[in-house]
Amino acid sequence: MKRDDVIRMAGAEVCAGNAQVISIPAGELRRTAEGLRHDRDVPMDYLRDIVGMDWGEEGLGAVYFMESSATGGRVALKVAVTDRERPLLPTMSDLWKTALVKEREVFDFFGIRFTGHPDMRRLFLREDWKGWPLRKDYDMDSNPLRLDNETNADTTTEYRLLPDGTLAGTAHPVFGENDFVINIGPQHPSTHGALRMRVALDGETVTKVDPILGYIHRGIEKMNESLTYPQTLGMTDRLDYLSAHQSRHALCMCIERAAGIEVPERAVYIRAVMDELQRIDSHLIFYSCLVLDMGAMTPFFYGFREREMILDIFEETTGGRLIQHYNVIGGVQADIRPDFCRKVREFTAHMRRVIRDYHDIFTGNVIADTRLKGVGLLSLEDAVSLGCTGATGRASGWANDVRKRHPYSVYDRVDFKQVTRGEGDSFARYLVRMDEILESCHIIDQLIDNIPGGDFRAKTKPVIKLPEGIHTAEVETSRGEFAVIIESRGDKVPYRMHFRSTGLPLVHAMDTVCRGWKIADLIAIGASLDFVIPDIDR
Amino acid sequence: MFLDYYNFEPLLAGIHAALCGVMPEWAALTLEGLAVGVAIMLMYAVLAVVLIYMERKVCAAFQCRIGPNRVGGKGGLLQVPADVLKILTKEIISLNRADRFLYNLAPFLVILASILTFSCLPWNKGAEILHMNIGIFFVLAASSIGVLGILLAGWSSNSKYTLIGAVRSGAMIISYEVSIGISVLTMVVLCGAMDIQTIVAGQADGWNIFKGHIPAVAAFVVYLIAGNAEANRGPFDLAEAEQELTAGYHTEYSGMHFGFFYLAEYLNLFITAGIAATLFLGGWMPLHVAGLDGFNAVMDYIPGFVWFLGKTFVIVFLLMWIRWTYPRLRIDQVLTLEWKYLMPTSLVILLLMTVCKVCGLTF
Repeated sequence: MKRDDVIRMAGAEVCAGNAQVISIPAGELRRTAEGLRHDRDVPMDYLRDIVGMDWGEEGLGAVYFMESSATGGRVALKVAVTDRERPLLPTMSDLWKTALVKEREVFDFFGIRFTGHPDMRRLFLREDWKGWPLRKDYDMDSNPLRLDNETNADTTTEYRLLPDGTLAGTAHPVFGENDFVINIGPQHPSTHGALRMRVALDGETVTKVDPILGYIHRGIEKMNESLTYPQTLGMTDRLDYLSAHQSRHALCMCIERAAGIEVPERAVYIRAVMDELQRIDSHLIFYSCLVLDMGAMTPFFYGFREREMILDIFEETTGGRLIQHYNVIGGVQADIRPDFCRKVREFTAHMRRVIRDYHDIFTGNVIADTRLKGVGLLSLEDAVSLGCTGATGRASGWANDVRKRHPYSVYDRVDFKQVTRGEGDSFARYLVRMDEILESCHIIDQLIDNIPGGDFRAKTKPVIKLPEGIHTAEVETSRGEFAVIIESRGDKVPYRMHFRSTGLPLVHAMDTVCRGWKIADLIAIGASLDFVIPDIDR
Repeated sequence: MFLDYYNFEPLLAGIHAALCGVMPEWAALTLEGLAVGVAIMLMYAVLAVVLIYMERKVCAAFQCRIGPNRVGGKGGLLQVPADVLKILTKEIISLNRADRFLYNLAPFLVILASILTFSCLPWNKGAEILHMNIGIFFVLAASSIGVLGILLAGWSSNSKYTLIGAVRSGAMIISYEVSIGISVLTMVVLCGAMDIQTIVAGQADGWNIFKGHIPAVAAFVVYLIAGNAEANRGPFDLAEAEQELTAGYHTEYSGMHFGFFYLAEYLNLFITAGIAATLFLGGWMPLHVAGLDGFNAVMDYIPGFVWFLGKTFVIVFLLMWIRWTYPRLRIDQVLTLEWKYLMPTSLVILLLMTVCKVCGLTF
């Protein structure tokens, strides 16, 4: 089945907005999805996201964003169910593994149960949370601050719709009776944030990883529904703080595209340079954290030494180091400092020089080799099915760089290589990122001397309203595809704003990747997947 | 006779005679015992402070940092004493469902093993504290008590992290003791003695590492690797592995109980290096080259304890260098390294050394 076949289907219609979402009847969802997933020529094997929505009168529902890893062709399906008391949708988890976690997110926020999903627990909120917070009729006072401990259920429920229309549940135990379960987190040196993984062990061997998320969930998507568009920008820097520029770039781009705002060329260049600097910054932290998690403390300081130079450059122009708030709708906040270009040039030259030290101390090291090579294999098929974008997917041989597949900004005009490897092990994930540092330097070198003059910010109306419909934009952040999905009803505030988390599929992949490896590998694999917690929890 | 400028024996004998002059001999012996005990403790504490300061400065140098530089003048000299004072004032937390007796006992076992071994080090001619004719054997036996403390600490804390840390540590230390034992045995074969002072005295005409040439150098390398593992230091610090187990077997300890583990770790590093210096580099013995009497005489002017400390700290530096360079191994890799490579290698070295000794191929 192709996109055109879906459009021709009875009851299908293309919704407004640049996302080209096709609305289909809920009864047709499963058949359509199977058709798209198993298409002979262009299978939609990458499920980008499932976005839960509450359309009010129209009912509750979800939008499924799919893409073909081979061609980059995209389809988005929208389904709605009118039953607010017992909303049910069929699961997609047997078609795309990433649906296992995405459907739990939708369930958590909208209360839509997915029949056939083997693990229908809440994802971010505590299990005894009352109500479904992203529904429009949610009572904001229904969950006062609780000071009692959260308990985790031992079993999880799979729902099935019986022929007579009743719902039956089957309980599955999360862990076996004889599993030795240890908690990695929520406070742990190597989770890089407040992430908790319940890990079942057989001796030292990992038999199951069950991530428990939401320890720093701030409800950013809910907050955005009451903020005007310029105000929503403040949130994106706080998602993946190592991709602050890029995430904000995506949101600005989404609003600009929907509102038809032309960004001055100067701002486009500055944004691209900042994005690439941010990518180097993030990959330097990746290097530092990976080596630190493996017990080598010295190279850790190398990474931070060079990162400091980037932060100084950021600070001079944007005023911020970690959270910069630099992109604004229509351009950037302020013009670059006079010596910005010189410093960036000096930095890229310096980076190319010192990266040899990084490799000298770590890459050829016999212990590093045995700890990383062949460890934590993620097959190409799994990487796509789990939606592991970014360097993690590229290390498994999936050419998924948004900058190449769906070029935005200046990326169709600069020369750079998409680094991919085929091994899919921790070592490949490490090398891909190290090579990407050099590619980013290469991109910056092409841009930095050619930043055009002119305005750095387009004039925008004082109140920005987006036309009705579903709008999206996506960028390649430091750790994968980050997408912004805005449902607008023509107001100055979004009706719903969703961010595709880059880290959620990665942390979900931990279970697949870590099984059969040791605890020490779990830590190294976690570092090599490179997720950032605030981005997962949002 | 050379070597006698700094011999402690006449001095100590003089003190003993003077004491016996004013009190009965048993009282004199008790008093001396107490004095020596206090001296060991003091030396132990002072050396720990020195080693911690050294580690901070050495690792700072490797990491392009300065290290402690604020407390107590320019070099941050008072940083470690300040930390020691701080840890002394900290509360020792008692756990709810821990095995109280074993939990409190464990740090003392670790420190006991460490002090017992520490007392066997040959500081100078005539300055050995525990002297017995099977000295090196005693060192091996006493150091094994330490692992008991670690196992008990991990077990009694009633925590999953500590348990995994303790089991790792048990598996690793017991394995590496085999290699240590065999490489020590190799040197015993070369020296023909187990008495530490005899081993040192036997190196008056050249250190063992030169006398035993190829097998001795090989045994030295094996000893350093296995000794590093014995001291629970990176890349073999799996028992602590803060990135995996937060702090491994001593996760649940606080205050001075934790301080004991910390202290013992540093002193075990010193002891490992000290035994290596004794077995391979002549202990307190100055550098002598057979035939060069003038040179030897000049070397003899440097006191024995300076030689001993100098050699030991060189090896300590070497071990720190390794620690701050390599990432950590995984438990199965650690055991593979020992049982598949290190232990067979050390057996071959032992055989080689025996053959060399029998055929008179050693110097």
